[in-house]
Amino acid sequence: MSRFPKWAVSVIAIGLAAIHLLPLYIAATVAFKKTTDLSSRWRFPGYFYLDHFKQAFTEGHLLRAFSNTVVLTVATALLLVLIGSVAAYPLSRVKTKLSRGVMNAILGVMMIPTLSVIVPLYSFMHQLHALNTYWGIVLVSTAFNLPLGIFLYANFINTIPKELDEAAKVDGCGHYRLFFRIILPQLKPVTAAVVILKGLKVWNEYEFPLYFLQKPQNQTITLAISHFFSDTSSDFGSASAAAVLAVLPVTVIFLALQKYFVSGLSDGAIK
Amino acid sequence: MTWRKTAARVQLAAMVAPALLLIGVFVFYPLLRGIRISFTDWNGYSQHDHFIGLDNYRKLAVDPNVRTAFVNTLLYGVGSAVIQNVWGLLYALLLNRNFFGRNAARAAVYLPVMVSGLIMGYIWYFLLQYSGGALNDARSLFGAAPVDWLADKHRAISLILFISSLQFVGQAMVIYLAGLQRIPRMYYEAAEIDGIGWWSKFRHITLPLLSPAIMANVTLKLIGGLQLFDLIVALTGGGPGFSTHSFSTLINYTYFTSQNAGYSSSLGIALFLFIMAVTVGVNRYFYRREVEH
Repeated sequence: MSRFPKWAVSVIAIGLAAIHLLPLYIAATVAFKKTTDLSSRWRFPGYFYLDHFKQAFTEGHLLRAFSNTVVLTVATALLLVLIGSVAAYPLSRVKTKLSRGVMNAILGVMMIPTLSVIVPLYSFMHQLHALNTYWGIVLVSTAFNLPLGIFLYANFINTIPKELDEAAKVDGCGHYRLFFRIILPQLKPVTAAVVILKGLKVWNEYEFPLYFLQKPQNQTITLAISHFFSDTSSDFGSASAAAVLAVLPVTVIFLALQKYFVSGLSDGAIK
Repeated sequence: MTWRKTAARVQLAAMVAPALLLIGVFVFYPLLRGIRISFTDWNGYSQHDHFIGLDNYRKLAVDPNVRTAFVNTLLYGVGSAVIQNVWGLLYALLLNRNFFGRNAARAAVYLPVMVSGLIMGYIWYFLLQYSGGALNDARSLFGAAPVDWLADKHRAISLILFISSLQFVGQAMVIYLAGLQRIPRMYYEAAEIDGIGWWSKFRHITLPLLSPAIMANVTLKLIGGLQLFDLIVALTGGGPGFSTHSFSTLINYTYFTSQNAGYSSSLGIALFLFIMAVTVGVNRYFYRREVEH
């Protein structure tokens, strides 16, 4: 590998990178082009045209979908951080057969595909009157995403020296006080990882909203776009504009917080 | 003293309780309920259902659509794992070097991971469309006839695998990059003193020391591929016919379109057992290798 000159590596890498961005580029040219403009989708239009974007907002109700998605994502992430970090503390500090068994059962949940329990989950949610409510979908998303959250927190707490706990216990600190005073303040990096990984997952979630949020007024972005694409089969421009608008916020957040995204993902995977 | 110990234990248990309660109520209970529904002929909305024993399981064992979905699910799972691991490792080796544009290239490869698979699938429609699609447009420049990209079963499956890998290979790359950066430089320096070639260095230093990253990536990609859902919904909807369905999309179809909740539930249980068996098998394999080394 090291025999290649540096400039050649640059050219290859940038060429490959372009392929990964190609679909997004094509979506942009479709979105910025007039419907009557039948020129190639490879070519960016030479004029400035935003009607498709306006249409996406008015017909696709994107603003409403955005605010719904923000509410769901923030609520789920908050619950995940709170419940996940608190639960991880005893599971990481207490090493008994019982706590290992509980941890393994929790990790086993990660193997359950959403679709494999969608039928019973749907009828259960119906019984609870939780369909088309925020609290319903937030609780379900939290439950399904908790295992990875607990896993990441437990791994991180394992690296915090136990001597700190002992010192606090000598001072007469109970487990609650110990956790909130001593452990929690140290969990910032792993909390960033949990919020980023799981926030992104909930933001892009399709299966749960598809089943549990069927009223137009509580649609999420992914659902709004899917309706846009299936209902307005001729208005490609507006559908594409909606897709571009949906991709935009995650792109901006990613570019701003790139470092955290990357370390969050890789720290969680290899320990 | 014993009282204090009990109090401490209660405190610890209370800290795990909310998590266990949520997971129990919204994951384990539905799973049990799903097992029960899978033994009935429930249609998904009626007040009544009938216990029909193993009929749904007998039916799925001979259902040709289930067979197709099963083979496809395996293809999506193994295909994603193999393609994205090889591809991601190559990217990591390339982008671990120092050169102009390295960070931009890393960001560009990783950026599509941020996008929902469903939206990415819809966007690809603009490239794959028969008339006016970007790919056929490019073909016409070379005088080639347009292609109906998703009309052929094998090509559709290959495209689903390719598009999904192109989108998510950044994940594997990032994990491999982190793995590469954890390999101490002195190993390579020692190897260079001994005059060992790059292939031997790769084979005897890089690969063995990457094994935690390989294990994580293979498991992640395998499970992800076996559960593939939204991209298929956006690209083919399982068609033409039933030929590109995965287990997940078939469950969705059976429930939503045919309103056969009992049967759909038995498919769900089958998928769960299948994924569990594969994951446990793969983990055992890696664990045994780790012990041997």
